[in-house]
Amino acid sequence: MSNQGVGAAIPRKEDRRFLLGKGQYTDDIRLPDQLYAHIVRSPYAHARIAAVRKSKAQAAPGVVAIFTGADLAADQVGGLPCGWGITNKDGSPMVEPPHPALASDRARHVGDPVALVVAETKAQAKDAAAELEIEYEPLPAVAHLADAVAAGAPQVWEQARGNVCFDWHLGDQAACDAAFAKANKVVEIELTNNRLIPNAMEPRCAIGHYDAANDHYTLYTTSQNPHVIRLLMSAFTLKVPEHKLRVVAPDVGGGFGSKIYHYAEELLVMWASRKLGQPVKWTAERSESFMSDAHGRDHVTKAQLALDKEGRFLGLRVQTLANLGAYLSTFAPAVPTYLYATLLSGPYHLPAIYAEVKAIFTHTVPVDAYRGAGRPEASYLVERLVDKAARETGIDKVEIRRRNFIPPEKFPYQTAVALQYDIGNYQATLDLALKAIDYKGFEKRKAESAGRGKLRGIGISTYIEACGIAPSAVVGSLGARAALYEAATVRVHPTGGVTVMTGSHSHGQGHETTFAQLVVERLGIPLDSVEIVHGDTDKIPFGMGTYGSRSIAVGGSAIVRALDKVVAKGKKIAAHLLEASEADVEFKDGKFVVVGTDRAKAFAEVAFAAYVPHNYPHETLEPGLEESAFYDPKNFTFPAGCHVVEVEVDPETGVTRVVDVAVADDVGRVINPLLVEGQIHGGLAQGIGQALYEQCVYEKDGQLLSGSMMSYCLPRASDLPNFKVGNHVTPCTHNPLGVKGVGEVGAIGVPPAVINAVLDALAPLGVKDITMPATPEKVWSAIQAAKRQRA
Amino acid sequence: MFKVTLQVNHKAHTAEVEPRTLLVELLRDQLRLTGTHVGCDTSQCGACVVLVGGKSVKSCTMLALEADGTEVVTVEGLAQGDKLHPVQTAFHEHHGLQCGFCTPGILMSAVDLLARTNRPTEHDVREWLDGNLCRCTGYHNIVKAVLSAADKMRGGKS
Repeated sequence: MSNQGVGAAIPRKEDRRFLLGKGQYTDDIRLPDQLYAHIVRSPYAHARIAAVRKSKAQAAPGVVAIFTGADLAADQVGGLPCGWGITNKDGSPMVEPPHPALASDRARHVGDPVALVVAETKAQAKDAAAELEIEYEPLPAVAHLADAVAAGAPQVWEQARGNVCFDWHLGDQAACDAAFAKANKVVEIELTNNRLIPNAMEPRCAIGHYDAANDHYTLYTTSQNPHVIRLLMSAFTLKVPEHKLRVVAPDVGGGFGSKIYHYAEELLVMWASRKLGQPVKWTAERSESFMSDAHGRDHVTKAQLALDKEGRFLGLRVQTLANLGAYLSTFAPAVPTYLYATLLSGPYHLPAIYAEVKAIFTHTVPVDAYRGAGRPEASYLVERLVDKAARETGIDKVEIRRRNFIPPEKFPYQTAVALQYDIGNYQATLDLALKAIDYKGFEKRKAESAGRGKLRGIGISTYIEACGIAPSAVVGSLGARAALYEAATVRVHPTGGVTVMTGSHSHGQGHETTFAQLVVERLGIPLDSVEIVHGDTDKIPFGMGTYGSRSIAVGGSAIVRALDKVVAKGKKIAAHLLEASEADVEFKDGKFVVVGTDRAKAFAEVAFAAYVPHNYPHETLEPGLEESAFYDPKNFTFPAGCHVVEVEVDPETGVTRVVDVAVADDVGRVINPLLVEGQIHGGLAQGIGQALYEQCVYEKDGQLLSGSMMSYCLPRASDLPNFKVGNHVTPCTHNPLGVKGVGEVGAIGVPPAVINAVLDALAPLGVKDITMPATPEKVWSAIQAAKRQRA
Repeated sequence: MFKVTLQVNHKAHTAEVEPRTLLVELLRDQLRLTGTHVGCDTSQCGACVVLVGGKSVKSCTMLALEADGTEVVTVEGLAQGDKLHPVQTAFHEHHGLQCGFCTPGILMSAVDLLARTNRPTEHDVREWLDGNLCRCTGYHNIVKAVLSAADKMRGGKS
């Protein structure tokens, strides 16, 4: 079966239903008597809600009910919880303001939900919503980080003075000061990590169905983690017991982080269904997604790197402001802290690091994890800074990286920012990527581009990231209010087929294939004999879901552990059937064999005996063959690699095109190369999007200017080249598969490579800085400014 | 309400629609052909592309009434029984889809491209797909799949 097992580049099992148009996304579901909800959202970034007059809208055709925050409060519905608490430098807890599902006294961002209109049709709900009279008293608002921390800035929350949610730090300040005191050179940088809007292609959708006869709740939702949503609804918002609540996340059309969180709409449709006795459905229009899906990134950072006279890194100081938006989204506080500052060592031996992060409230959509979540912010900072250090010291940009890499023999390596890297080989991925792009031939290509009037630049990024979140005890000590193991159940059927229930969720990753390959590898049965079930809390015992590239490292490991238990029980059964000692039975190539003999039982025979136990060791063993496992990781995993990008800039227009991309990643052991490459391609596209195209734009007063796909530039096929993808494997040392995770490496590694390439192209003109996204207007303006300066 | 009569996937349908009803709403909500998706509200994403009279059209940007008397093919009409269309097969073989949400629109768009030209270049494919957004694949494998389908279709193989 090796052609279907681990390492096989097989196309996906799940493709067929999608290709036939038979996928079942939440919006494709229509329940009998389903009603439709429309959410009325604040058009103001900050306003007092003086009054909501329902009468006119209530009289509109088809309207069933109109609900406001007062109705939720009367029912004692809970606010949306935050799942991670951060402790300030001074030991006090972060400011944690309330987050009601419907704003009742005050709206705090454009898109803040204010009322829920439920009608018989979608069009009727929307028409009636236009008739709802809400009296707003606009208040001063603040959207940008620099404005929010300025003296006298409008306050988002009274209890958060200066709009500071938390003021946190990591690392050894004294050691860092000492490193800077002995430095020969200090390189400084100031940069912005641009705010992004995730834009999974499927807009969010939720259907609540309360079954009064059985007092049972079912929520269909576009979620990356249905069990987490059930947990939060049960414990905090809807407040009904978990055994009475089923959460189903069917086919989900991409997430990229934006579908991790417990959103107001999930609670609203479920609660409204109970109130009205009919299912209630809400589907986001894309413009609603822009103002209600959690956004990503939005950092402003200053940093200083200390080097000795050979260009070796001695210390790094970082001061970051992170925009959290108006409310704390589910995992928001973890992103600019433990998913960011802990990665500031990059792949380098960096003896002293001190990072300070202030998280700031603004009148904008909440910010939370988006593909990469904290790690792209870290890699962008470190890799821009390293390139700047190369330019300022005159050391070649490849050489300065080689000189500072943690060498392969130094693992496990304890960084100055809490993490312990288990394994890696950064030289190997650097060499591979440089070879793939033909680094030595760059000058020739540059001259060729110049002949066409174009400026060609090459940029490198050697990044590291942390996946497989996470050891529960560790994250618990750092403020996580949840544990981060994963669960799996392997059910062997009497005729030898296998169903695996996994708590991971697939919304494009291909679990139905990859996870089945794990079963093929371990049990030696064909791929067609394996079914992977995910996304339904009634079918799957438990799970923590998919984010942080954790599915294979944590979810896959749980499956392997459950498979081990199946094999162990199978050995006992086989030993009995073969009248051999259990110690003499081994499982090999799909058979239980008595070592050194040709006596064997096929896996299917053992499965059959487990369910038809006529000849069975009843005194020591129960019938049946079904095993569960919870896997709690021992450490994070550390994918790393090198991304090299070539760009061409048209100096007349500022138009910048990525003309070549070569990457070499170490994502650990590869289960399915076809799917791994697909994940890398997608991450690269989003990373190039961040570097050249995507920018969430808020007006200073909090109006969202990039509120649709007309004004928010997502990369299209014609914007991107083909990608050269290579890999070098150092297997993870602490999980049973040796895997690390691949979902985010593209988005983490490539943005600094693109910007370093742009700056390389523009260096001859004297341009020293450019902010993401490097749009034609920004590039052209930078060229003009440099010209003026030189004139 | 107005009556609209059209062929969808070679079957005749008659439906009552409002003047504002979009073709995609007729397909999804009334005919329950939910393979055609709605990914935006500004005609940008192309998840809703279907063939009308053989040409690719964003069905979110056409009124149902405009489709009166036309022949519409949706993603559900691409395969012939169990046999996938060569474009569908190529997307499977080359991993041209991940979450699958944009896929129906991209398939229909690609089918139209290949009806217009049987030997597209990579550049042609990338330019043609400008009206379709995909957030998962980075387009690399989509482009590969369309070029491979063109090859197969020229060779008369499936």
